[in-house]
Order: sequence, then C-alpha cells, then structure tokens
Amino acid sequence: MIRADKWLGNGYLALVFLFLYVPTACVVFYSFNESQLVTIWTGFSFKWYRALTTDEELLSAGLASLKIGVATAFAAVFAGTWAGFVLNRYRRFRGQTLFTAMINAPLVIPEVIQGISLLLLFVALQEAIGWPARGMLTIWIGHTMLCVSYVAITVQARLAVMDESLHEAAQDLGATPLRVFVDITLPLISQALVSGWLLSFTISIDDVLMTAFLSGPDSTLLPMVVFSRVRLGLNPEINALGTLFIGAVTVAVVVNNHFMLRRQRQRERQAGLAYTKGSLGGIDEPVRLDKGSKP
Amino acid sequence: MSRRAIAWLGRRLPSGRTLVIAAPFLFLLLFFMVPFVAVLKISFADPQMSVPPYTPIAELKDGYLRITLSFEHYRAVLSDPVYVGSYLYSLQVAALTTLICLLVGYPASYLIARADPARRNLLMMAVMLPFWTSYLIRVYAWIGLLKNQGLINRFLMWLNLIDDPLKLYHNNWGLLIGMVYNYLPYLMIPLYAHFVKLDNALLEAACNLGARPWQAFLTITVPMSRRAVIAASLLVFIPAVGEYVIPEILGGSNSLMIGRVMWDDFFVNTDWPSAAAATGAMVILLLLPMAWFQRLQKREMVQP
Repeated sequence: MIRADKWLGNGYLALVFLFLYVPTACVVFYSFNESQLVTIWTGFSFKWYRALTTDEELLSAGLASLKIGVATAFAAVFAGTWAGFVLNRYRRFRGQTLFTAMINAPLVIPEVIQGISLLLLFVALQEAIGWPARGMLTIWIGHTMLCVSYVAITVQARLAVMDESLHEAAQDLGATPLRVFVDITLPLISQALVSGWLLSFTISIDDVLMTAFLSGPDSTLLPMVVFSRVRLGLNPEINALGTLFIGAVTVAVVVNNHFMLRRQRQRERQAGLAYTKGSLGGIDEPVRLDKGSKP
Repeated sequence: MSRRAIAWLGRRLPSGRTLVIAAPFLFLLLFFMVPFVAVLKISFADPQMSVPPYTPIAELKDGYLRITLSFEHYRAVLSDPVYVGSYLYSLQVAALTTLICLLVGYPASYLIARADPARRNLLMMAVMLPFWTSYLIRVYAWIGLLKNQGLINRFLMWLNLIDDPLKLYHNNWGLLIGMVYNYLPYLMIPLYAHFVKLDNALLEAACNLGARPWQAFLTITVPMSRRAVIAASLLVFIPAVGEYVIPEILGGSNSLMIGRVMWDDFFVNTDWPSAAAATGAMVILLLLPMAWFQRLQKREMVQP
C-alpha cells in the first residue's frame, strides 16, 4: 500500500517536471537544427548561432539590455536591501503599514498597471519641469521598481532568521550602527544579495511591458526585439538566443546555490563546534563565528 | 555657534533613524504611489493629436482657472462591451489559471516537501529554475509544441490517437496552457515553504489513532494549509488578470484580456485617457484581493 503510494507520488512528480522542462528542452534541442522550419529536424548545425553574431539589430539591442540589466541589478539590490533592512529592523513607525504595502504590492500588481502609471508620471513631470525624457533613464527606474520588492522581501526574510545577539555584541563592543551593518549584517546576507542581483538582472533583461511603455525613440532593448519576432511565430535565431540565455542563467543559479549550500553547511558545522566548545570549556571560551575560523 | 543653538539644531534635525526610514519610503512613494495620481489626472482628460496626446484638465485663461474633467472614459470603461467583456474574460482566465495551478501544484509541492531534505532541496531548485530563466523564451517555447505541426500533435498522430491536428495554438487552449506553465512556480514556492514547516507530530498522532494516510491528509494537512493556499492563489490570480505577453503570443485574436486592450489603447489608438481610466478601474477591481494578500504577507513577516 505504502509502496504503491510512493510510486504514484514519484510518477506524478515526474509528470509535473516533464511539463516544466519539455518546452525549454525543445528550444535548446531545436536551436541546433539546420532547417529553417524549426520543428522539422534535418541535421545538426551551429548555423543559427552564427546568424546571431551578424544580426546587428539583435546585437545592439542586446548590448543596451546588458547595460540596463547590470544597472538595474545594482540599483535594485541597493534600494531593496535598504528597504528590507528597514522592514526588519524598525517595527513601529508612522506609515509602517503603507511602507509594507508599497513593498508587497509590486509583487502581485499587474505590470501593465505599473508601466502605464510610471509612464504617465514621467510624462507629467516632463510637462512640468522638462525632465526626464523617455529613454534609458526612465527604463532604468522602471526596471528597478519591478525588482526592488523581490530584493527587499528576500533580505527581510534573511535578516529575520539572523541571530540578533551578533549585532548586540558588536554594538556593546562599541561599533557604530553603520559599522555593524557593513561588518556584520552585509557579510551574513551576501548570498541573498547575490540571488537578488541575479533575479533583478534576469527580470530586467526580458521585460517587455515596462520597457515598451518607458522607452523612447532611441532606446530599443532586447526584449522588444525578441517580442516583435516571437509574435510572428517560431524563429530559429530566437531558439539559439534562448539557449544561450538558459545556459547562462542555469550556470549562474547552480553556482550560486552550490556556494549557498556550502556556506550554510560550514556555518552549521561551526555552530556545532561553538556549542561543544562552549559546553566543554565554559562560557568564557572565545567563540569565533566568522569565516576566519576553520575547524 | 553657541552651545544652545547646537542643542536646538540637534533636536530639530531628523534623527538617524528617521533618515534611514525616510529614504526608501520616499523612493517608493515617488515611483509607486505618486504615479497613480498621474493616472487619475490623465483619466479625466480628453485625447488630442499633440504631444502629449491629451488635453490639460486645468487651464489658467483670462484670469479664470478652468478645470475640465471628462468622465467619458470611465463611462466607456463601465459600459462599453469591449471593456466590460475583457474585464470579465480576464477574471475568468485568471480564475481558471489559479484553479488548475492549485490542482497541479498543491499535490506536487506537498510531495516535494515530504521527500528527504537533500532531495527536496534539489527538486525545489528545479521548480525555481524556470522562474529564473527568460520568461519570454519560456512562453515562446510553447509555440513549437502547440502548433498544428508541433510536437504534441505530431506525437499524438504518431500514436494514432488523432487523425487531424488538435487546434492548440493561437486560441484559448494555448493561452491557458501558457498561463498555467508560467504561473505554476509562483504557486508552488509558497506552498512548499508552508508544507516544509509543517509539524509531523500531528500526522503521526492521527496515524497512531488509526487514521489512514489519505484520511490524515484530508482532515489535517488540507485544512491547515488554508492560509498558504489563499496567499499562493492570490500570488497567481492578481498578476494573471493583467497578463499581456501570454495572450499576445499564444492566445487567439479573440483572447482579448484587459492587458491587451490597454496596450492597444496606448500604442495603437494613442488614446491615453482611456488607457488611464482602464488602469484606474483595474486598480479598483484588484484592490480587495491586493489588500487580502497584503494582510497575509504582513502576518508572514511578523512571524517567519
């Protein structure tokens, strides 16, 4: 009975993962197809990757997107960390409800709403003070607004499980709040910041709606080019581009996750060590929890 | 400066705490809340052929301040069958998407959470990975599967299950499959987080008292997950209402979700005031579910 249940469960999970992975696997597979008709296999070829390297429109849009993506990721991590810190550290202040609402709402609010409203703000501003014109700057702000909540929530969650005594210890030893933040808090949440950075980068690099609303005549980004081609149906070049993208993101996420797990295990080991040391040698035994101590 | 003046200044200047809170607060206020004021303003204007493409609502002329508010667009949004129809259609699609995601994702995240720790971390990473890769490419990927000569149809025809290709691309089937595919991780991640924290003791107690595993699941696990289910469903439902890219790529010309109508108002008809009014109506429509989500999320933050 139990065994049958187990088989049923595993089979079900296999189906769900098939559903999640078959589409992208097809994109990767057919990117090496020689034929122009994407789903009819005729032979192995790197033809479409070569085609990518000479596609001027795609290349220049890709470069612009890369810049915006990096700028967005840094801005979102900066603003998001700050907001997440406030969310975690200050529980009672005037406007706290509004503050948490402004962090949470962008997680769910349809992007079309955020896009139109930001655009109308920028247009109204330009009418009033002549700035800013639609272009890279407005896209940058828009993309940052899409990502900032994710970073803030991640940082908030990471801070919530952190040991408060570390801060208190540092403060008791005379560190200023800024020093505590830079020396204690930042290293401890660094993995959350890396994943926030990566997520912001990927959100920025294939966002269609916000980009379309906020871009000016001289700013064509990759997602808009891809979208305008994808609308017309299958396109072998897009398969090649998608494969490159999937490959890069997979590597980045797997590497980040690997380091995260390793550090977590290291920390657990050290915590265990500290505990045994503490119980053996009394409380006055110095216990170092930072990365300097190697068991 | 005298000492007294410095002390006075010290009391008057905002403290470090205030500044630390105020900076992100003002940032969000400016780029998240203030834009809705702009939406409100432009939704009362009229479209015109100029830059920007709408009439001013307040004008100072001959010493008179003239304020012209047009309610025409709100009337249109509330009575025009195109708008009303697309709002209803979007709600339908979003509700159906949420329901299917729940049916698929609830047992899946439960099963993953029950697996041993090393395995469940790996499986959960596999759920989240598509969430990180390009959204656009993932939607696009379905074209190759759904087309008339796509993989699904070729496979089914090879099995001799069907003689003519099923119509799956550029219609509601394609739209729905794309929606479920894209939103499934959003639902599974919070549900998994709930199941993984679940206390085994209750289930064990139930089994010790003679409950079958299915009985224990239905009488204990399911009722306890109510709040997580609501939060996860809202995380799918609310953004799904305004979806634009999936209906545009996989849906048919009649899959007229409100996001598409707004896009067309904006870029095709250059009717900004109508798009603004539609935005305002959508915000009001989603205010209740968003408040609900906010309440659940806040509780989650207080007791992680």
